[in-house]
Amino acid sequence: MAKALDPHAAIVTEAVGLLPEGTLQTADGQPLSRALARSSRRARRRAFLLVLPLLAFILLTFVLPIGQMLQRSIKNDGFSANMPQLSAWFDANPRGTEPDEAAWGALAADLQAAAESKTIGVVGTRINYDMAGTRSLFTGAGRKVRDGLEPPYRDAMLDIDQKWGDPRLWSVMREASSPYTGNFYLAAMDRTRDDNGNIVQVAEQQRIYLKLFMRTFWLSLIITCTTFLLGFPIAHLLATLPMRKSNLLMILVLLPFWTSLLVRTTAWMVLLQQQGVVNDILVWLGVIRDDQRLQMIFNQTGTIIAMTHILLPFMILPLYSVMRTINPSYVRAARSLGATSWTAFRRIYFPQTLPGLGAGALLVFILAVGYYITPALVGGSSGQLISNMIAMHMTQTLNWSLAAALATLLLGGVLILYWVYDRLVGIDNLKLG
Amino acid sequence: MALPTYATKLERAWHYAYLAICAAIFFFLIAPIVVVIPLSFNAEPYFTFTDKMLSFDPTGYSMRWYDSLLTFGMVKPEAPRDLGWWADVWQNAKWVQAAKSSMIIGFFATIVATVLGTLAALGLSRPEMPYRRVIMAILISPMIVPIIITATGMFFFYSNPCEPLTWIGLNPQCGRLAGTYLGVILAHATLGIPFVIITVTATLVGFDQSLSRAAASLGANPRTTFFRVIMPLILPGVISGALFAFVTSFDEVVAVLFIAGPDQQTIPRQMWNGIREQISPAILAVATLLVIFSVALLTVVELLRRRSERLRGVTPH
Repeated sequence: MAKALDPHAAIVTEAVGLLPEGTLQTADGQPLSRALARSSRRARRRAFLLVLPLLAFILLTFVLPIGQMLQRSIKNDGFSANMPQLSAWFDANPRGTEPDEAAWGALAADLQAAAESKTIGVVGTRINYDMAGTRSLFTGAGRKVRDGLEPPYRDAMLDIDQKWGDPRLWSVMREASSPYTGNFYLAAMDRTRDDNGNIVQVAEQQRIYLKLFMRTFWLSLIITCTTFLLGFPIAHLLATLPMRKSNLLMILVLLPFWTSLLVRTTAWMVLLQQQGVVNDILVWLGVIRDDQRLQMIFNQTGTIIAMTHILLPFMILPLYSVMRTINPSYVRAARSLGATSWTAFRRIYFPQTLPGLGAGALLVFILAVGYYITPALVGGSSGQLISNMIAMHMTQTLNWSLAAALATLLLGGVLILYWVYDRLVGIDNLKLG
Repeated sequence: MALPTYATKLERAWHYAYLAICAAIFFFLIAPIVVVIPLSFNAEPYFTFTDKMLSFDPTGYSMRWYDSLLTFGMVKPEAPRDLGWWADVWQNAKWVQAAKSSMIIGFFATIVATVLGTLAALGLSRPEMPYRRVIMAILISPMIVPIIITATGMFFFYSNPCEPLTWIGLNPQCGRLAGTYLGVILAHATLGIPFVIITVTATLVGFDQSLSRAAASLGANPRTTFFRVIMPLILPGVISGALFAFVTSFDEVVAVLFIAGPDQQTIPRQMWNGIREQISPAILAVATLLVIFSVALLTVVELLRRRSERLRGVTPH
């Protein structure tokens, strides 16, 4: 899109349009239109070159890592890389084939090799994700096959442990034998493959992730609503006060915004504890008895209160900047035409705040669905969000592929919301204080 | 906002109720931050006001938690407080080490973010910029994508930065970035960049492009124009962007938890450990210091914003 910015150039372009042949030439004898195109191309290139270093930096340190995470969510080489012969057998034989002597031989040889290279723990851990209690089966067998087994391998393996004959184990090993798999996404959605390879729901008591996604969604929605309820009056007050006063009060909004997240979370932990300030005040006021102290933290209530406090400025700031631009004479006109103050607010004022409300609500919701620190510290077990599950798989169970799959699902949701935000609000309109 | 003289009684009542509600919400916003300050001077290891504190008995207050910030991790905390003691603090105290790490990481991350971010903002605010919307969306995304996802991706990338090259068939060997200062600095720079872009482009919205054309027509080359004309005008925006980037780094804990090694023990990480393991009022002392720090930063940003509006001739309406 070549835009003529220079006013002279614009006049000249118009002049070119008037002439039938476009014969206008620059001083050095080139057609003017070509010279113009070249100079605007150069301007575009110059603007792009200014952005390029940062774009390259972000692609390298942000987009590429996310790509690596996506790859990790389908990567499945824990088994296939360390059990090559058995994986090859699975490849060569279709699902449902009974393991023959060749398969048992491959298993024994792979186990021996893995035990020697000390990778058998990796294999066991991988199978353990899908079938609990099998890690010790592998490590135990690893110790016994180290000196090699005598054929027939089937009987030798079953001698070590009867569990090796379990068809479910073989089905799980088959699933694990391809280097890339979508099974982590199935697991992230509480689905698994049965012995015949059909996708089925996991057992009732193991369905946790969908519930967590739903909880994350609901809690974020509740937090968005509470920030709206608390933020709207404040934004309105700030927008209608004279500039000097509202600037002073704005500091009360910006101070929490600038204060460390951990400080604010700590403050809420201190305030809401059973022996904390809020409970003390309630007891002192006689609202509750000393033995009835409220449990306000380490549960969903704690998460909601603390996150509402933390995200409130993100609701107030966009609302405020929209409300500032609302012309007060519309409401006055409505009043003079006989509207009650409630009608004037509902029909005239509130609709004009919707752009700010949309921007604030989307921003708060987007930030809330991915929150990690606050729920981890004040959420207890009932206030945990999906991010906490991702962190748990990253740092404790070390099931990185599952963590990556969960993170990818969350990322998909956030990116859709981000796209909506960009459509409705425009990223350029994002303001910080 | 004053009440009009024709307001009915009900409207009057509602108006005062509304002011009361606003006061309560402001209280909700500020009280948690203010309350930690007196509690950090508690003489007892409790998180609530003791009777002595409430009756303003001086023995109910103490500096012991601030003192513990210095002595925690020292080799000889009992030694007389001479120069050697302070050297010990500087060398070994855990919180002092954390402050040092935070400062080093924050400083370099801010420089990277500010330089790259300002350049990009200059390009993005030119009307000729191609694919502006898409590029802007990519550059802002580190602020929007949940930090846990970013940290997860960074964990994979920084533990093996060459892995993406294997996707295209190469097989180079390179060291880990995880557990190094460089890794954390790059990660924090990435997280701070959106803030720099947003603040600097906001400053450039009111920027009069004819000023740089005037400079050019008077014979200044692009570099002179940048340093003598553009930079002084956008400097307030650049500085507040830099402060945002610094605060982002200074407050960041998730990426640090995922990619830092034992050497990069920052203040937030130390706080995180303190809160998770055994929370003591020493945390409140740190919190108080951080609140003071943020008040100072907020003041600077607020002054800069006003100065910038004055410079650009934007009058507050």
